[in-house]
Amino acid sequence: MTSLPASTQRSLGLVIDLDTCVGCHACVVSCKGWNTENYGVPLSDQDPYGANPSGTFLNRVHSYEVQPDAGPAQLIHFPKSCLHCEDAPCVTVCPTGASYKRIEDGIVLVNEDHCIGCGLCAWACPYGARELDAAEGVMKKCTLCVDRIYNENLPEEDRMPSCVRTCPAGARHFGDLSDPDSAVSQLVAQRGGMDLMPEQETRPVNKYLPPRPKDRIAEPEFDALAPYLSPVAEDPGGFVGWLDKMLEKI
Amino acid sequence: MSFQQPELDLSPDVSDEVRKTTCYMCACRCGINVHMKDGKVAYIEGNRDHPVNRGVLCAKGSAGIMQHNAPSRLRAPLKRVGPRGSGQFEEISWDEALEIAAGWLTPLRESDPSKLAFFTGRDQSQSFTSFWAQNFGTPNYAAHGGFCSVNMAAAGIYTMGGAFWEFGQPDWDHTKLFMLFGVAEDHDSNPIKMGIGKIKARGARVIGVNPIRTGYNAVADEWVGITPGTDGLFILALVHELLRAGKVDLEYLARFTNAPVLVNCDAESAEHGLLLRDEEGKLLVIDRRTGAPAAFDQEGVRPDLSATWDRDGVTHRPVMHLLAERYMHAEYAPEAVADRCGVSAERIRAIAAELARVAFEEAFELPLEWTDFRGETHTSMKGRPVSFHAMRGISAHSNGFQTCRALHMLQILLGTVEVPGGFRFKPPYPKPVSAHPKPHCKWQPGKPLDGPHLGFVQGPDDLALRADGSPARIDKAFTWDNPMSSHGLMHMVISNAHAGDPYRIDTLFMYMANMSWNSSMNTRGVMDMLTDTDENGDYVIPHIIYSDAYSSEMVAYADLILPDTTYLERHDCISLLDRPICEADAAADAIRWPVVEPGRDVRGFQTVLVQLANKMKLPGFTNEDGSAKYEDYADYITNHQRKPGIGPLAGWRRKGNEEVSGRGDPNPDQLQRYIDNGGFFVNHIPDACAYMKPWNMGYQDWAVGMGLFDTPQPYVFDLYVETMRRFQLAAEGHGERQPPDRLRERIKTTLDPLPIWYPPVEDSHVDTQAFPVHALTQRPMAMYHSWGTQNAWLRQIHGRNPLYVPTALWEANGFAEGDWAEVTSAHGTITVPVAHMAALNANTVWTWNAIGKRKGAWALSEDAPEATRGFLLNHLIHELLPPRGDGLRWSNSDPITGQAAWFDLRVKICKAQPPAESQPAFDPIRSPVPPGPGELEWKVGK
Amino acid sequence: MHPAPSVIVFTTLSGLGFGLLFWLGTGVVVPTGWAGFGYFALAFGLSVGGLIASTFHLGHPERAWRAMTQWRSSWLSREGVCAVACLLAMGFYAAGLVLFDLRLTVLGFAGAVLAAGTVFTTSMIYAQLKTVPRWNTALTPVLFLSISLAGGAVLTGRFGLTNVLLLVAGVVQVVWWMRGDTALKQSGTTLASATGLGNIGAVRAFEPPHTGTNYLLREFVHVVGRRHALKLRTIALVAGYVLPVLLMLPGSLVLTALAALCHLLGVAASRWLFFAEAEHVVGLYYGKRVA
Repeated sequence: MTSLPASTQRSLGLVIDLDTCVGCHACVVSCKGWNTENYGVPLSDQDPYGANPSGTFLNRVHSYEVQPDAGPAQLIHFPKSCLHCEDAPCVTVCPTGASYKRIEDGIVLVNEDHCIGCGLCAWACPYGARELDAAEGVMKKCTLCVDRIYNENLPEEDRMPSCVRTCPAGARHFGDLSDPDSAVSQLVAQRGGMDLMPEQETRPVNKYLPPRPKDRIAEPEFDALAPYLSPVAEDPGGFVGWLDKMLEKI
Repeated sequence: MSFQQPELDLSPDVSDEVRKTTCYMCACRCGINVHMKDGKVAYIEGNRDHPVNRGVLCAKGSAGIMQHNAPSRLRAPLKRVGPRGSGQFEEISWDEALEIAAGWLTPLRESDPSKLAFFTGRDQSQSFTSFWAQNFGTPNYAAHGGFCSVNMAAAGIYTMGGAFWEFGQPDWDHTKLFMLFGVAEDHDSNPIKMGIGKIKARGARVIGVNPIRTGYNAVADEWVGITPGTDGLFILALVHELLRAGKVDLEYLARFTNAPVLVNCDAESAEHGLLLRDEEGKLLVIDRRTGAPAAFDQEGVRPDLSATWDRDGVTHRPVMHLLAERYMHAEYAPEAVADRCGVSAERIRAIAAELARVAFEEAFELPLEWTDFRGETHTSMKGRPVSFHAMRGISAHSNGFQTCRALHMLQILLGTVEVPGGFRFKPPYPKPVSAHPKPHCKWQPGKPLDGPHLGFVQGPDDLALRADGSPARIDKAFTWDNPMSSHGLMHMVISNAHAGDPYRIDTLFMYMANMSWNSSMNTRGVMDMLTDTDENGDYVIPHIIYSDAYSSEMVAYADLILPDTTYLERHDCISLLDRPICEADAAADAIRWPVVEPGRDVRGFQTVLVQLANKMKLPGFTNEDGSAKYEDYADYITNHQRKPGIGPLAGWRRKGNEEVSGRGDPNPDQLQRYIDNGGFFVNHIPDACAYMKPWNMGYQDWAVGMGLFDTPQPYVFDLYVETMRRFQLAAEGHGERQPPDRLRERIKTTLDPLPIWYPPVEDSHVDTQAFPVHALTQRPMAMYHSWGTQNAWLRQIHGRNPLYVPTALWEANGFAEGDWAEVTSAHGTITVPVAHMAALNANTVWTWNAIGKRKGAWALSEDAPEATRGFLLNHLIHELLPPRGDGLRWSNSDPITGQAAWFDLRVKICKAQPPAESQPAFDPIRSPVPPGPGELEWKVGK
Repeated sequence: MHPAPSVIVFTTLSGLGFGLLFWLGTGVVVPTGWAGFGYFALAFGLSVGGLIASTFHLGHPERAWRAMTQWRSSWLSREGVCAVACLLAMGFYAAGLVLFDLRLTVLGFAGAVLAAGTVFTTSMIYAQLKTVPRWNTALTPVLFLSISLAGGAVLTGRFGLTNVLLLVAGVVQVVWWMRGDTALKQSGTTLASATGLGNIGAVRAFEPPHTGTNYLLREFVHVVGRRHALKLRTIALVAGYVLPVLLMLPGSLVLTALAALCHLLGVAASRWLFFAEAEHVVGLYYGKRVA
């Protein structure tokens, strides 16, 4: 049955660094490329060369503007895909058992052979992580590249989701979030990794690292910088005099 | 019933075979692994071993499969059958196509080769295409650098023997403060992303200077939302503050720059402002040990930054004096520039202080022993962990050359170029101006040109002028209008050819340049010029040959189309002779090879050039017995030698039976060696040679061994560019070659040998009150030029482009979501959708570049959003500035280099009634290819 | 949410059908012979027709049988099981009445419970969704049940019963709307919580991830104008609850039939609003909802 497993052996997931993501969409397209060719049916595109192109993607990058109380507005690029929640509502609503969370690693998957394409799992997901493929009528979602991460036909260094492998800025990290000693867990601890929509009580596995504080250079700390600009000369004549003095020391 | 997890195959086959080649989805040239299934391309990922991208790949690169299979691919050579611009063609054979082309070109070559204008756009084989043009004999060749970023290249090379662009990089491993000015997202794009990721992971800081806070600026710790065109002023204010505080690297300046070189300060002299030299022509400095002048590179010399020298009654002062005098002036004080820059004086000071703090307080030593060009051995290298990078944002202004110079001066004053933690060159740079060719333009019927077309002038004598002083080149490069136009002026070719100024041409031959759309200013005007007829009803530009792989807007405007292959179907070389893929600590080059064969009747453009050359028996392509030297481009790549031992590719050359790097004989197995190695070749610079390269004899010797130079070429950085002073002297009336009077004042003002700032030239031609708003474009990270639109995946991300409007203008105009605006410049009006953006300079609007498309192009349906809601800013920009009553039309470009001043644009904006589609709208052109499918389910393997 | 016709038709018709089955099962009307045939044909027609309509929104209707398997965890599965069980039970019950003039009372009551259960499980499919705060309330099953029972009652033609039930349903409807209008705000889910960026400042969606549309926008982001919504609410209230009461007053068969049609129209309007006005929190990511 599609009840959630009481516990999973590992909690594989992504840590996404909002301080570093430059919004290049590399992960979006790499994901499309791998997943159209691999797990399950292809990710189709409707009207691809027409007036209203629209296709199935498992990962998309939003961008948000944030206006702080003081200082300029900030722009934050925001990649979003399935968060492989511990309490995944998409799994329990599934009437056929097609949606499930793997006991071994916590990956939430769709068994496409059993999917009736009712869409209820997508309704239950607060994050917009699932898209019903218009050509095949089955639900598609991030598989965490389950066909890469254990794939013995790939070199070991490539056994990671394609979005992580391709990310030029290194803003995506993959690992076991249930292991407090894993690199991803350490990163989450150091940088204050956060959940999206915690009030929805889905307990996402994927974490987001918040942007570091920005635009602080002209704030009070500037006083600390002032000594670096204490003048040696006010005019070119004085500067030449200073030059002479300094050159003696070289 | 209990739930059983389905059995998954966790180790499915990934592909039958991986073929490794080089990406061409932009100018970054990453290594890619092309996974093949059933002989078809199944999946593309980055190549982990590749020096450029180390396995990562951007959105464009990963979408290559959609580009390779795009329905917009041309299928066979085309001959125009309807009027130009209609898009009516018939498919012809290659034999007929080559016959037609040779039929037009051969008579020109035999009578007047300058009647051919051959210009290439996003060409990555310029050393080959220029070789072809040189052997044809026309002086009229260039690639697209003139409308892209020549200011960046020229200012860098004239100042420090290398530029930002992809020709250098910050020392990502050591830098602690990275300051980034406007960067176009298609040169070194993955390396910059990787670098930013790397330094951020280390906790280093990024300062972004850009009117628009997207992409790299979005992740910058500090964002300076500067007013467009004022970067130079901002930089000079930083310089002002650093000089006042004495936060400049005196030892570095004394040893490695021309700051101590003596300048003639006699205002009456014909050599006023020129540098003092000894009998051998070597620059003179005062040696602190003796107090007397000495050659700058003499063994053991300690150049003095302060002492002056009187000779023959003329006082000679070191460059450093002039520099202090200029920049310590109150006109460069932060308070004096703050309003114009849109950056507060406090912030300017804080940034100057932070630069000073990191450069001097966080200096460090790397224990690398090296010997400088004066023969002195140092036990370590001093690191200054501040680095800079910049590109088109500061380059595409009419004050861009001087702004780029100012930025280089700033980094040199801080002593952060080629030191650990600073900015580093990639081979073949550093390379002094003197080691570059000068421009050549002397043609004779039936003969090759007298030398390479493009180069670096060192004074008025090197200009490309005819005996009567008129321009020798159709684009008027290297003339008094833009003396240092090292990349040519592709953006002026069509308008000059149409006007017959300086002369008429017969055939315009272009490659990969969408001139009738997004690659031109004044797009509608260009369409008119291309289709204009004379009194006899003949086209003013009689013949147009165009090569492109895709159904771009330009196709409709040519008479003969030579269809190119996609990047996965072709040979290419990314050569050390051209724009290689080197890293700061390695020389590297790469190839493309046909990982799949085209299923269409198309040929790689370079192979077509070889075939044309063979048909015309061009020297350089023909053996003494009249037989062809090269069968195709692959043959040329393997066997061509620019000079003995130096060919397009540096890897796996031959010496006897051995394979060697750098210099060596051609090796028939060379391409296979590249293929076996993943498509590239890399040769690492020894550790102790990887920094201080211009002065490091270890590096210089290594470069000679690699064939980058024939002899060591050490030099000092030119804070003061004497070449510019030579042009000023001419404008002051000295010398034989004299500029026209209309240009004297402009040359005197703008070609200042020390960096200056002047307002963008457009500001003096339009009423800045009437057109108060700056308008810019940016290139999206997921799109390259117009190519992305035919890509089914990428066009879902950027299928249309709004005009982004800052908060104050948004509110003042009462805009709401879904509104449209009329945007007017001195040249034209467009009506386009708007969107609100707060993280934007308060006086700037902008949009994504080259999303708007002409109906009928790129195999899209005519109601595609790119055609109905997308738009180009190009319609607002003219290649000439509006008249201002002096009877002259000034070109809309940098007066020094001719760089197209795209970003000088000023507009006004107001709310408009939403039209049915973006304005101006153009009639559809007939598509030379059938429309794409209505649905895609892309899966190669089953 | 996208007001998909298949789902509106399904919930409207089958709600009515199962409501009628409820009253038939409980013996409020005990028709036999041809009359019985008529009643049951109507009830089965509506409920089965609705169920068939619901399969039109499935990507793979041929696999619909699989939807019966996960009754232990999934409300949609439970609905399927309930519906089939109810139809079977009532089928036998109907056969008894129509063919043999035999009332299997226990079976009838069981069928009635299953009919109500079907409507309840249907409503729980929506009510369980935290992602749609407007639906995520115990009032949603109350609304579905009250409408279903009232509608079924209209079809029985029993004025007194119907009158009370329509009144109740109308009141529940208004209360449900009133709660729903502030539900997203009350839910605590905002763009700030969706992005985690709220502690930096005010968050605004800048560029969407794609300039075109996609499944999420088509399915979850439907914006109804306020005036349009008010108009439809008025239609739903008047046609669904007020007019039927008036039309049934004279006790005429024709007018009762008209009352039923009128009610059907009102409920359809209510159901269209049920979906169209429902704000899925994913719309926040696209900047399409101001919470």
